[in-house]
Amino acid sequence: MTITANAPYEFTSHDRQEDFRGARLVYVGWNRHMMFASPYCWPLPPDTPFGALVEGPMAQAFGMHPDWKKIDWAKAEWTRNGEPFSPDPAKSLADNGVAHKDSLKFTTPGLDGIAGAGI
Amino acid sequence: MDIAVTKKKKLGLKERYALMTRGLGWEPTYQSVDDVFPMDTFEGIKIHDWDAWEDPFRLTMDAYWKYQAEKERKLYAILDAFAQGNGHLTLSDARYINTVKLFINGLAPLEYMSHRGFAHIGRQFRGVGPRVACMMQSLDEMRHAQTQVHAISNYNRYYDGMANFRHHHTHLPYLQVPRSFFEDAATGGPFEFIVAIGFAFEYVLTNLVFVPFISGAAYNGDMGAMTFGFSAQSDEARHMTLGLEVIKFVLEQDPDNLPIVQKWLNKWTWRGVRVLTLVAMMQDYMLPKRVMSWAEAWEIYFEENCGALFRDLARYGIEVPPCVEQVRKERDHLSHMAWCQFYQARGTSNFHAWLPSKEDMDWLSAKYPDTFDQYYRPRFEYWAKLEEEGTPFEAQTPPQQCQVCQIPTIFPVPGEPLTRAEHTCEHDGERFHFCSEWCQVIFEDEPEKYVQANLGAHELYKGNLFGDADPTAEGFDPMAAAMAFLKLTPAESGLHKDSEDARNFDLWRGLATRNDA
Repeated sequence: MTITANAPYEFTSHDRQEDFRGARLVYVGWNRHMMFASPYCWPLPPDTPFGALVEGPMAQAFGMHPDWKKIDWAKAEWTRNGEPFSPDPAKSLADNGVAHKDSLKFTTPGLDGIAGAGI
Repeated sequence: MDIAVTKKKKLGLKERYALMTRGLGWEPTYQSVDDVFPMDTFEGIKIHDWDAWEDPFRLTMDAYWKYQAEKERKLYAILDAFAQGNGHLTLSDARYINTVKLFINGLAPLEYMSHRGFAHIGRQFRGVGPRVACMMQSLDEMRHAQTQVHAISNYNRYYDGMANFRHHHTHLPYLQVPRSFFEDAATGGPFEFIVAIGFAFEYVLTNLVFVPFISGAAYNGDMGAMTFGFSAQSDEARHMTLGLEVIKFVLEQDPDNLPIVQKWLNKWTWRGVRVLTLVAMMQDYMLPKRVMSWAEAWEIYFEENCGALFRDLARYGIEVPPCVEQVRKERDHLSHMAWCQFYQARGTSNFHAWLPSKEDMDWLSAKYPDTFDQYYRPRFEYWAKLEEEGTPFEAQTPPQQCQVCQIPTIFPVPGEPLTRAEHTCEHDGERFHFCSEWCQVIFEDEPEKYVQANLGAHELYKGNLFGDADPTAEGFDPMAAAMAFLKLTPAESGLHKDSEDARNFDLWRGLATRNDA
């Protein structure tokens, strides 16, 4: 559908990739760890290695959780915008196919949050 | 000199009403009616007979002034007494002041937006009856904004988080939730605006806003807020009636109007309920002395009252919006999820957060037996432990937000409280995310509108929150620049127990009730 308006209505999106000075927005959320109230958002250069996202921004955001240190990253399961996704930590975000405003979620089998309650 | 007295017959009520409302209109002669009223047709609503409009109140301007002046006199007498008697020290608890902050920052500016919106449509409808009714509502809304600002200024003298309410409403990320709600309505056509605000908000959802804040004020010893609430109440009754009258009038005019009105009702019921997340949270977590739970308020004011309303509208073909199913499933989760979000994002809001006490949690588990102990108590207990250990949990990073309601994407899949909902689509080569199916439906109906949203995290990362600071300068601190631009000081955010407000309230109340040597 398009908007019902009484005059031509053409505006660009406010969050195009070129608005972020070379970075692209990436969101990451941790499944079954509801203590973190939502996925978080970072602006990252597209040549950032995927592993650097995990060790840098993600560790800062999620590191407070006692499960964080126990994660076996080889077993972690990822989705990108809800679809299965297998990132290579050595490759860049761009080479892993992570586009501007993609939303990543990861599941850590065996780790089920505080007191195993999904939080 | 004697003046001959001419005995004029006094006008009858009906005659007088006709002259003072419909009689104020005129037929344009050198411009076409469509050119004079260019905005009341493009939305597709068909009106065949504007005169069929019935003004339920038959209020004329002169009577309006008289009523309002009387209410103003009473209100300001009480506000004066409040100020002179240190009314702020009679509150139940210092935590209550945070609900006042939420009100002045989140809701009072909406009254002003409503004033502007009704002034606009009071100009744009070609029917004289609705124009006069909208003009009066516009004046009411202006008065509400003013009286709220005046009443709350008595708190602003002593406590943090209120002084920059206008700037914060425009820029602080969490306040973009109520702000974008109203801007969405105000940028629709005049019929969408009146269905959105006059009906969906003022009629369907108004009690869910009014009761928590105004009864909450009464329960917690806030005479100021209680008084402006009661001063506004008779206006609200009129607004509700106007909202209902508009819906019926539009639906009776042409059968083609039904699908358009239904679409707006679906949209604005959902938009309204999402904004009420803030109210649900305030009701269950922020009132030291609680009135009723959000779940109880929903049962009374939505399921019972609005259920009857929708049954009444069924004869026009109106159905209960489909989103109501999800609202029911979220009923026992909403306030808890919201407080969890505000607790961890407390560094970016202009009121204080705290963890519910043991007594608070027992009340919550009694009110929410199916959800609180299982899903939320463990979070609060774990966070309490971290606070005790001196390492309180706080989010380090801005959240992902819904493109439409702008709330962080905190909501789980309905019926699966531990699985975060994921709703996303691509539009014009760009990806967008939503908190729910219903916000996505709203986006996909008018994507051109919602791609213009200014989401807090994105604004920060684009560099739009740095004001005049130069991000290329040596030693540039982006967070410090953003806080300066947002006019957010450390005293306004963080934990209640560490706040200046909590300290001062206890100190001043102590001085008022004790004789120190």
